[in-house]
Amino acid sequence: MIVEFGHYALVLAFAMTLVQSVVPLWGALTKDERLMAVAAPVSVVMFLLVLMSFVVLTISYLNSDFSVLNVLENSHSAKPLLYKFTGVWGNHEGSMLLWVLILVFFGALVGAFGGNLPSDLKATTLAVQGWVSAGFILFLLATSNPFNRVVNPPLEGADLNPILQDIGLAIHPPLLYIGYVGFSITFSFAVAALILGRIDAAWARWVRPWTLLAWCFLTLGIAMGSYWAYYELGWGGWWFWDPVENASFMPWLAGTALLHSAIVMEKREALKVWTVLLAIFTFSLSLLGTFLVRSGVLTSVHAFATDPARGVFILTLLCLFVGGSLALYAWRAPMLKQGGIFAPISREGGLVLNNLFLTAATAAVFVGTLYPLALDVVTGEKISVGAPFFNLTFGPLMVPLLIAVPFGPVLSWKRGDLLAAAQRLYAAMGLALLLTLFTFWLWGMEKVLAPLGVGLAVWVMAGAVSEIVTRVKFFEIGPKRGFARLVGLPGSAWGTALAHFGVGVTVLGIVTASAFQEERIETMRPGDTVDLAGYQVTFDGAAPRRGPNFTEEVGHFTIRQGGVHVADLDPSKRVYTARQMPTTEAGIHTIGFSQLYLSMGEGRGDGAVDVRVYFKPLITLIWIGCVIMSLGALFSMADRRLRVGAPKPAAKRKTASLAAAE
Amino acid sequence: MFRPIAASIILLAGLFVAPGFAVTPDEVLKDPALEARARELSAELRCMVCQNQSIDDSDAPLAKDLRVLVRERLVAGDSNSEVIDYLVSRYGEFVLLKPRFAWHTMVLWAAGPLALIAGLIAIFLTLRRRNAQAGQVPYAPQTKLSCDEERRLKALLEDTDKI
Repeated sequence: MIVEFGHYALVLAFAMTLVQSVVPLWGALTKDERLMAVAAPVSVVMFLLVLMSFVVLTISYLNSDFSVLNVLENSHSAKPLLYKFTGVWGNHEGSMLLWVLILVFFGALVGAFGGNLPSDLKATTLAVQGWVSAGFILFLLATSNPFNRVVNPPLEGADLNPILQDIGLAIHPPLLYIGYVGFSITFSFAVAALILGRIDAAWARWVRPWTLLAWCFLTLGIAMGSYWAYYELGWGGWWFWDPVENASFMPWLAGTALLHSAIVMEKREALKVWTVLLAIFTFSLSLLGTFLVRSGVLTSVHAFATDPARGVFILTLLCLFVGGSLALYAWRAPMLKQGGIFAPISREGGLVLNNLFLTAATAAVFVGTLYPLALDVVTGEKISVGAPFFNLTFGPLMVPLLIAVPFGPVLSWKRGDLLAAAQRLYAAMGLALLLTLFTFWLWGMEKVLAPLGVGLAVWVMAGAVSEIVTRVKFFEIGPKRGFARLVGLPGSAWGTALAHFGVGVTVLGIVTASAFQEERIETMRPGDTVDLAGYQVTFDGAAPRRGPNFTEEVGHFTIRQGGVHVADLDPSKRVYTARQMPTTEAGIHTIGFSQLYLSMGEGRGDGAVDVRVYFKPLITLIWIGCVIMSLGALFSMADRRLRVGAPKPAAKRKTASLAAAE
Repeated sequence: MFRPIAASIILLAGLFVAPGFAVTPDEVLKDPALEARARELSAELRCMVCQNQSIDDSDAPLAKDLRVLVRERLVAGDSNSEVIDYLVSRYGEFVLLKPRFAWHTMVLWAAGPLALIAGLIAIFLTLRRRNAQAGQVPYAPQTKLSCDEERRLKALLEDTDKI
């Protein structure tokens, strides 16, 4: 009964999206305040209805209600409680329901806290959000209904794919989806601006915090996924340029560009039209990602052709939204007023350069991801595009961008002085050079690119630090007043510095972990010892063990350094009972920022096993950098001047009330 | 057979993935220089029954066969490009993770640089047009404020000082 209740709530939510799609927009176009006022309460009701159906699905999972097809196919009564809960979004239907839940949640946020928006902009934005919601709720109801029942329910379910029974993957999708779907709000704002034919100050003020929020979560989501792949898949890779990774990476790249162009728009009223286009692109790439992943087109073009219902539906939605918004853009954008002019060498110019490289990189990844599909469809020829291709095409685009990063924040608005900017960065340049030489000294000329990469990373990090230090004139005014000014810096300044610093940290991790990794592949008998990077790894033997829904063979290894015990590692090979599926659990020991990574392979009889041991120098910096970047986004969002729904500045309010008094 | 792919894939696509344990100790060549070349080549060759996975990363039996084959050719004295040519002649271009530069991959290889050049041209044209429209150097001072605007600015500035 309760399941039908959830189903009904979802149908009702669909009806609400239809109201939302039409009524407020009609009101905005006919300047009818009463019709526009419908938008806010309906957005909240929509959210509550979808939330209700999501809760119902969650309850079915927690109760192991196998009369629901979705629960039957993806759950098991012996599954730990945590994974019963997270298993809700560990399958197609459930994860789409989560997608829709986040979509309507963002709509409700605008509805509830958008009080300081012009009423027509708010109404139109919510109407556009309503179209997207209508499309995806219909997709759920028509092709991916999570509430379908089974006539004669079996006693036991098929269990969740064991590889998803992991805390990392439990929180990865919600983070990723908040990022993906968060860009829907900027998209709706952009389309609303095009419909209304104007981009006012409120638009500019609203776009940046929303982009920051989405970007922050997308960054965390991608980093989480990468770390999960690293520790769960068993050979220590952390990025594979897989189409599905690219599907989340493209909105991230475009979103990063959007974030930067929104700064120009907000501060200088320039690049408005371009920002609108980027907002459309970013969400379009999110939709494309959803299509790629959900339609099965990636596995094979032919698999997609044989069971096309879902794929065609999302493809239609994709074409409608992307085509529609781009057509609207082509029609309306020329009418939008261009603002603020600037010299090529200026903060604006730097941000344009950033956009140029990020957009080109997005294009490279886009073509690399879709080209094999397109070629297969058009000519039937099959080619593969993998990591070596992307490293070669994407990498060179990032190098000039990274070199330019420290210059951006030290250039002044409108018209900058490159030489003066460079002077503020002398210390950073010196440090980068020093560390490049140090790395050369440490590793020799064997790997020429790696020390340069280290130098580049240090340059980005030191550039961010020196931006902050020179900004408060730390050395001119003495440390005491310097600290006071440091604390008083606006959140957005801290945000920029942190985010750029994080980029440097990630680059450093990528360079050192790829170039200086050490690896041993050995067959080890109990008692055998392997030497690696100054550590001795001894295999003590393996023993079977039982988990709640799996059995495993656990190996015991002792790590010593110069005879001194450092750590014990217990990597294992698991077999999940319900699906008879094997997984590996790597043994990882963190030393500073570096990690010792141990993974067990096949047994060779008489107690011997194949073992892979890696030493990955500074690898954790890859993900720490991502966390620092998202922290930067949070700082920037906390900036009083940009806060979502922040009250108008006191001065303005005062003049306004004075004017009213007169 | 199996394809350990990245995080999101499994969840989003619902694909089956099994952990990989690729190069096994018995495959490793004695000569470290040859082995290093073998690893380098393996990273660029696709495990044809996997999704987007190199033979260096895959534990599929076919990937193992290919790894052994690559090593055999290297031991026989083939150069890197000869090994690649041999594999392409046997398995087709699908085996290469980095497609060759040819007419049918032109768009693929040129996409990034082309986007960059197109962007540069677009920026250049926009700047020129805008400067022409403005009829002035881009950073020339704007026209002076009117008396009324000056007064309002002063009032606003004083107002801000009080906060």
